[in-house]
Amino acid sequence: MSDVAEASSSAGATSQTGAASDQMWIVGIHMTKFGKRPDDDVVDLASEAALGALADAGMTVKDVGVLAAGNLMYAAHGVGQMLQKQIGQTGIPVYNVVNACATGATALRTAIMSVRSGEADVGLAVGVEKIAGAGLLSGGSRASDSPTWEASGRFGAVAPIDGRIGTEIMPGVFAQIGMEYGHRYGGADFELFARISEKNHGNSVLNPLAAYSKAMSLEQIMGDVMIAYPNTRPMCSANCDGAAAAVVVNGATLKKLTTEQQRRAVKISASVLTTDPWEEACQILPNVNTLTKNAAATAYEAAGVGPQDLDLVELHDCFATAELVHYDNLGLCSEGGAVDFFESGAPFRDGSMPVNVSGGLESKGHPIAATGIANIWEVATHMRGEAGDRQIEGAKVGLAHVIGLGSACGIHILERAA
Amino acid sequence: MGADIPLVDYLVLGDDPHLEANECVACGARFFDRRNACASCGAINSDGSGFKRVELPATGELTAFTIVSFAAPGIDVPFVAGVVDCGGTSVRANIVNVSPDPEHVATGMQVSFTTFGIGEDSEGTEAIGFGYEPVDEELRITEDATEKAEANS
Repeated sequence: MSDVAEASSSAGATSQTGAASDQMWIVGIHMTKFGKRPDDDVVDLASEAALGALADAGMTVKDVGVLAAGNLMYAAHGVGQMLQKQIGQTGIPVYNVVNACATGATALRTAIMSVRSGEADVGLAVGVEKIAGAGLLSGGSRASDSPTWEASGRFGAVAPIDGRIGTEIMPGVFAQIGMEYGHRYGGADFELFARISEKNHGNSVLNPLAAYSKAMSLEQIMGDVMIAYPNTRPMCSANCDGAAAAVVVNGATLKKLTTEQQRRAVKISASVLTTDPWEEACQILPNVNTLTKNAAATAYEAAGVGPQDLDLVELHDCFATAELVHYDNLGLCSEGGAVDFFESGAPFRDGSMPVNVSGGLESKGHPIAATGIANIWEVATHMRGEAGDRQIEGAKVGLAHVIGLGSACGIHILERAA
Repeated sequence: MGADIPLVDYLVLGDDPHLEANECVACGARFFDRRNACASCGAINSDGSGFKRVELPATGELTAFTIVSFAAPGIDVPFVAGVVDCGGTSVRANIVNVSPDPEHVATGMQVSFTTFGIGEDSEGTEAIGFGYEPVDEELRITEDATEKAEANS
């Protein structure tokens, strides 16, 4: 008992920093093929990811001391325990977590915190979602008007307000977020946002695990079905099925592993989670900027690196309009300089700061709870030099970012083992 | 014919329809929903005295918008959804009486408050909604213009 208390106390002192004496490591990680997986249910997908990550780590389920399971759509069903009933009921603690689109990152961070606190030596984090063909995830249906107007809810509304007082659909919410950035700093128009999408679809060609590995021309993107101006369909993240999982250990456990396991280990230099602090307008249009800026600042400080040290970034391009604002929020450019940053070619895969070389959520797909571990897998795979045709040569430091509306922001900074 | 009823309780009807925000007495943060406490400063609103109702100005600037072309069944598309800065207080609303295309809607445009009926219930009560329309009359589609267009077609 006293050991646990001591470990918790020392972990608390370092808070969200990864620079504690007991460094955290990823020793196994796996991402399933994203896309339509009609023959696989949530447990099949979670099992594939979890067993893949354990095999990659050279471990079995019996080595795992804590499981964090992220899932949005079946959150009430305890996906962690459903997974255990297939791959191993070992009696370990399970944390089922939900945090919108930051669910996967939250699951990973939960496993990290548990191991760092001394609760376990080996943690397994899984994110899984099955939403192929789901359509609009928010604002996709609206209750019909009741026969008599009666005020209800926190706004005293007499009828559903989606479409009557703004929009609740995500493509529309994030469209406004991009347009607001353009209003503040200028230079962002429909074509610029479409070119961001063109970049990511182009990147996806090199990613065999992406839901859509097809390049698209600017004309195709701009001429496709308009969902919410300026976001056309290919500028929206793809709803799909998929899972990803990671095995994390502390430094003491890593030392007991084989030389090969240690060589492939990826250092977790920062693991950060933030929510949005209150600001004017944040309950009118979600503010995805401040909490990302706060998370980035904390992560860079914890890792002892700056944006200039990053070799690649996987950021949350749930819509093309979102990618632009996060160049700025993550400090990849100067304040207000996101358009110039894109125009400079920096975020292209041959640029100085490759962003979303996986193809991003627009083409790789966005199985909500899997996304926040899949982006870690992408960065970790580059750190290991195992990314095949899309390898960013010599990558040593990378950042993975997710945003869940509501809001939650998860940022992890990874570094290659020395 | 029953009385009118506002779509939401922060819309105040009468001779001079307007929006009212709930302003935190302690820190001035503004909200449109029913408050338990202040999300900005944490001041507790146990007896309702922690917030006061404040009237918003009738004009503002459009700071963000989207043109929704794809929405739930029952929602007429396309329509313009946006954020209007009303003297430092942001409001979520539709931009109405304007052609819903990027040639006629732009951030930075000045808009003014307006109300309109959204339908009667089974007892004949009319629900009243609100939105903002362009201040620039050249951009504004008036009912007269619509009727003329329909008459000419």
